[in-house]
Amino acid sequence: MTGTAADLIWIAPALALLGFVLNGTLALVRPTAKTLVSIIGAGVLLAAFGVSVTVFRAFADLHADAPVVFRYWSWIPVGTLQVDFALQVDQLSIVMLLIVTGVGSLIHLFSIGYMKDDPGYARYFAYLNLFIFFMLVLVLGANFPVMFVGWEGVGLCSYLLIGFWFSEKANADAGRKAFIMNRIGDFGFMVAMFMIFWSTGSLDFGAVFTHAPTALVPGGGAITAITLFLFLGCTGKSAQIPLYTWLPDAMAGPTPVSALIHAATMVTAGVYLVARCNVLFAMAPLSSAVVAGVGALTALFAATIALKQWDIKRVLAYSTISQLGYMFLGVGTGAISAGIFHLTTHAFFKALLFLGSGSVIYAMHHAYHTTHSHEDAQDMRNMGGLARYLPWTTALMWIATLAIAGIPPLSGFFSKDEILTAAFARGTTNPAWLVFWVFGLAAALLTAFYMTRLMLYTFHGPNRTGEKEREHLHEAPWIMTGPLLVLGILSAAGGLLNVPELYHGSARLHQWLEPVTQPGAAMVPEAHLSTATEWMLVGVAVLIAVLGIVGAWRLLHPAALVPARDAPAERGFARILRHKWYVDEIYDALIVRPLVWLSTEILWKRIDQQAIDGATVNGVARGARALGWANRWLQTGQVGVYVAVFVIGVLLIIWRSVG
Amino acid sequence: MLLSPALAISAVLFTLGVAGVLLRRNAIVIFMCVELMLNAVNLTFVALAQRLGIGGQIFVLFVMAVAAAEAGVGLAIILAVFRHKQSVSLQNMNLLKD
Repeated sequence: MTGTAADLIWIAPALALLGFVLNGTLALVRPTAKTLVSIIGAGVLLAAFGVSVTVFRAFADLHADAPVVFRYWSWIPVGTLQVDFALQVDQLSIVMLLIVTGVGSLIHLFSIGYMKDDPGYARYFAYLNLFIFFMLVLVLGANFPVMFVGWEGVGLCSYLLIGFWFSEKANADAGRKAFIMNRIGDFGFMVAMFMIFWSTGSLDFGAVFTHAPTALVPGGGAITAITLFLFLGCTGKSAQIPLYTWLPDAMAGPTPVSALIHAATMVTAGVYLVARCNVLFAMAPLSSAVVAGVGALTALFAATIALKQWDIKRVLAYSTISQLGYMFLGVGTGAISAGIFHLTTHAFFKALLFLGSGSVIYAMHHAYHTTHSHEDAQDMRNMGGLARYLPWTTALMWIATLAIAGIPPLSGFFSKDEILTAAFARGTTNPAWLVFWVFGLAAALLTAFYMTRLMLYTFHGPNRTGEKEREHLHEAPWIMTGPLLVLGILSAAGGLLNVPELYHGSARLHQWLEPVTQPGAAMVPEAHLSTATEWMLVGVAVLIAVLGIVGAWRLLHPAALVPARDAPAERGFARILRHKWYVDEIYDALIVRPLVWLSTEILWKRIDQQAIDGATVNGVARGARALGWANRWLQTGQVGVYVAVFVIGVLLIIWRSVG
Repeated sequence: MLLSPALAISAVLFTLGVAGVLLRRNAIVIFMCVELMLNAVNLTFVALAQRLGIGGQIFVLFVMAVAAAEAGVGLAIILAVFRHKQSVSLQNMNLLKD
C-alpha cells in the first residue's frame, strides 16, 4: 500500500466484474432492458477508465523505480510455492491499463449503436465486461499464475464472442478453432511457468527477474527453453506463425469484438508478456532472435495474404497479424519501448479501422436488410464509392490508413520507424537482423499497398452495392461516429507520446518505461547509429510507404471490379494468395486429418470400443456372469442348508483357531 | 455352584439349539432353538461371572434385551409369512431363489 490513489487499482477490475455480474443477470432475467444494459456496460468501463487515469496520476507522482505490488490474499500456499493474489502497478502495466480501459470504453460506446438490434444485447455486454475484467487481471497480475488466469480468461471471452452468433455452425467452429489454437500456446506458457519455478523457486515477477540472472546461465539451455516456451504461448495468443490461423476466422464475431479483442487488446498480450519478461529474453539471445525472426516473417507473410482478400474484415485481420509481427520484431530486438509504442498506436489506428469497417458493414447490412437481399455485406466487391454516403467514416479511415502505412507525422510512422531503426541498428552487429529489417520494410510496402487497396475498393470508384440498395446507405448514428472521431484524433496525434530525439522530441514513452526495460536493456549490446543513417532510414521508410500508396492508386482500378456474385475466380499467384497460401489446407492435411483418423479408427473403434468397452467393461460383466452361473447350485433357497453351511463354517473357524 | 457342571449344561443346551435349528422345519421351533442357544450363552456368562467379575452378569441383561427385541421382530415375520403362505415350514420359504 502506498497511501496514494494508486491503492485504488483493485477497483478497475472489480468494476468490470460487477458489470459482468449485473449484465449477466439481466441477460438471464430481462434481456430486453437494453437501456439499462448500455448504462451498466459502458458505465463501468468509463468509470474504470477514470480509476485508471487516477491511478496513473498518483503513480506518476510517486516517481517509483520499482513496481508497486498489492497483495490481497494468499492464493496457492503449497510448500515452497507461495502464490499470492497480487496486482502490480508499474510503468508498463499502467500503459496497458490505460489502453485497455480507454480504447475499451470507446468500443463499448460504439457497440451500443452497432449491436442495438441484436437479441443477445445483454449477453454481449456481459461477455465484453468479463473480457475487460480478465484483460485487467492479465496486465495487472504481479506473478505468472495471476497473469495466467487473465490469459486464460481472455481466451474464454474471445471464444464466447467469436461464437457469439453461434446458431451458424461456421461461427461456432471459428470460436473452437481460436480456443484450440490458444490451448497449444497455453501449453507452452504453462511449461515455461513450471521451468521458471523449478529454476528460480518463485513465480512472482519481482523475485523471478531479480534471481534469474544469477540462478540461470545467460544463453544457457534452461533460459532458452523457458523463453521459447513463453514465446510459444505468445504465438498462440498474439497470432504469430505458426499459430496465427485462428485470427482471420475470429472475424466471425461482431465487429466491435474484432476491434477490442482481436486488434487492440487481447492479441497484444503476447507482446506485453515478452516486454514484461524482457530480462529473461535479454538473457537468451537465441530466443530473442527467434522472436524477432518470427515477428518479421509473420509481418511479411500476413501482409502478402492481405493483398488478395475481399472480405473487408479479413484484410484487417491479416493486417493485425502483420502489425503484431512488427511488435514482436521490436521486442525481440530489445527495443521494448518501441514495441509497446507500436502496440499503443496500433491499438488506436487498428481499433479505428475495425470500427470504421463496422460502420461500413452496418450501413451495408442495413441497406441489404431493407431490400431483403442476401448479398455479402462484408465483401469489398459489393461496396465501392461509399465515400459519398459515409463521409465521416471515409475521412477517419483515411487517417488510420495513412497512420498504419507510416506517413509522417501520423502515429504509425513514429512507432513503425522506431522498430525498423532498432532492427537496422542491431543489424550492424548481427547480420540476421538486417534480413529482419528487409522483411519489415517489405511488409511496410505491402501494408501501404493493401490498405490503399481496401480504401479504394470500399470508398472510391463506382458503387456496386445495387440500384435499390444504394439509397439506403447512410452514415451510422453519433454513438458510433463519436468513438471513431476520438480514435481518429488519437491515431493522428498518438505519435506525440514518443517523439524520438531525432526530431528534438523527448521520447516520453521511452523514458516512462525505462524502469521496466532497463534491466533487460542493460544486457543487450547497445548499437548507435549516426544521425545521417537515421535520417536515411526515415527517408527509406517514408519512400516505401508513399510507393505503396501511389502504387496501389496507379495499379488498381476500382471501376473494373464486378460485384462478388459475378466475380471470376483468381488465377495463378493471385489464387494462392486468395487462398492464404493454403496454410489452413496444409494444417488440415498434416495435423487435423491424421488426428481425426487416429481418433476414429484407433482410439475410438479399436481402443475405446474394442479394448475398453469390449474387453474390459463387458469382459468383467461376462466374467461375473460366468462365475455366477458356475456357482448357482449353492443358492438352494433352503434356509436349513444355509444354516448348516453357516454352522460348518463356524466350526471350521473354531477348529482352525483352537488347533 | 460348581463351574464345570454349569459349563457342561450350557454346552449341552447350545448343541441342542444348533441341532434343532439344523434339523427342524418348523419356523417357530427353530426360533425357540435360537432362544435356547442364547440362553446357553447366558448361562456361560453367569457361570464365568463368579470368577471374572460382574461384567458377565451385566452382559446377560443386554442379551435378554436383544433377545426380547429379536423375539418381537422374529414372531412378526413368522406371522407375516404364515398369512402369506398358510404355513410356517421353512421348506416353503424359498422366495430368494426364484
